[in-house]
Amino acid sequence: MKRARLQLIAGGLALALWGMGYGLWYAVAAEHQALDAMGGDLASAFSRAAARDSSGAASSLRAYGSAAFAYTRQVDVHSHWIGLALLLMFLGLIFDNVQLGERLRAWTASALLAGAFVFPAGVLLQTMLSGPLPSALAIAGAALVTAALSLVVFGLLRSRAA
Amino acid sequence: MASSTLVSGSVLPRAPGWAPTSAPRVLMFGGIALVIAGMLLGDIFAVFVLHQNAGRIGERLSSAVTAVAAGNGAEAAARIQDIGGLLENRGTKVDAHVHIIDFGYLALLLGILQPWVMFSDRAKVRLAWLLITGAWTLPIGVFLIHYVGLAYSPLASIGWASIVADLGGVVVALVAGVELAGVITYFRRAHPPGDNPFLTARGWCSRLLLGGGAALVLAGFLYGAWYSAFDLYRIEQREGAVLSQVLNTANAGPVATQRALASYGDLQAEKAVKIAAHAHIIEFGFLAMVLALVQPLVFLAEKWRRRWAVVLLAGSVLLPVSVLLEVQFGMLAGGLADFGGLLVIVALTAVAIGMLRHDGAYHAAGSDA
Repeated sequence: MKRARLQLIAGGLALALWGMGYGLWYAVAAEHQALDAMGGDLASAFSRAAARDSSGAASSLRAYGSAAFAYTRQVDVHSHWIGLALLLMFLGLIFDNVQLGERLRAWTASALLAGAFVFPAGVLLQTMLSGPLPSALAIAGAALVTAALSLVVFGLLRSRAA
Repeated sequence: MASSTLVSGSVLPRAPGWAPTSAPRVLMFGGIALVIAGMLLGDIFAVFVLHQNAGRIGERLSSAVTAVAAGNGAEAAARIQDIGGLLENRGTKVDAHVHIIDFGYLALLLGILQPWVMFSDRAKVRLAWLLITGAWTLPIGVFLIHYVGLAYSPLASIGWASIVADLGGVVVALVAGVELAGVITYFRRAHPPGDNPFLTARGWCSRLLLGGGAALVLAGFLYGAWYSAFDLYRIEQREGAVLSQVLNTANAGPVATQRALASYGDLQAEKAVKIAAHAHIIEFGFLAMVLALVQPLVFLAEKWRRRWAVVLLAGSVLLPVSVLLEVQFGMLAGGLADFGGLLVIVALTAVAIGMLRHDGAYHAAGSDA
């Protein structure tokens, strides 16, 4: 009981720190460059279209699309890591009220922690790797968190019924 | 239990660890103040900035397409740069709104956690004030980025407002790291860990807020999964295609151009409302669950505590559902969404007042800490 609670609270705080660290790094070292690149690519697409350079405009639009694809995910990862971290901390606080068997409780806490890290990590990997692996990781992480959270709700309902 | 005595309003023992200058108090009141400020900012932004800003972006995009048709590349690029400025204006306000609320949640959770942090009371209070300071500094800095720009900045692409915001973030992260060390130390040394006096909520309001909040969070998760599976890639691919269409129709006459621009605007609106609904339903669900824990500290008559709990959940459903309906029903749904946000703000303020009354009633009874 104590271990699962500590796992969720300390894991949640650690994940929040990880998410904040990532956000700080991104804000200082990457975000301004990403926004400048997106603005530059879109402006270039319009300039080239004005010059009747349709292939150049299409190429700039593709570059803009790629930059926007990466930017959306890089920002989402920051917010999802921290949002899930806060949820882990909260669940750690109420975990004594979750009426499940000890093994299932331990599995639920581990699944929540693992899913909360892996889901955004998979999303981030989509900006670095092609192929199905990053998406598979993101889906698996999200499924783990959702399934474990459903178990927590079930355990809370059982504790009220008891 | 503290809750029963508080609700009856007769005997007034102070909730353990709830002294006026204690760390839990600083963090919980500080957290609620942050959340209320963030929600107010969000509501003001939605009413006075969001739609107006979107209209200006549409105008600049239309001007850029006109410049493309006229063969004026420099003018087209300048209008796109204008759009960058408008997007920065919107983005920094959304970022300030999100960060201030999430820091509020972090402060609330850390406030409840304080009995399990192995530091002296004095150290806990200092950490609490540091966290609250950093939690205000970051969103204020982010909010000012658009207005301060690169004025007097020592760096090529990062202005003073960004630097101040990042420092606020560093402070919050450092405090969170120290609190983590305090929690781990406590759980390693305490055998068994002591009861947390802030985890005594069992009443009707707590059950409603916990159950309703959990349902909202789960609904938000499922909706997010559905969005990423069926909408995200479709919208991203369509965005590129529609932008290409906008450029290709620049010379095809105003009707075709306006149709392409309208299509682009619709796509942006669809993306924005779906993401906003997903984020808000989870944030409100989380708020309801956290408020379930602090109910024993809310000194209000039971019927009023129930009313505020219902109002909070009603607003928490109304806002995201109305946001989703904005594409079909326009300003009517937008107004309902703003009203939903206002309901949550009012209910949260009532909870904060109830927590303040806890101390007022305690002092009136002449009890000692």
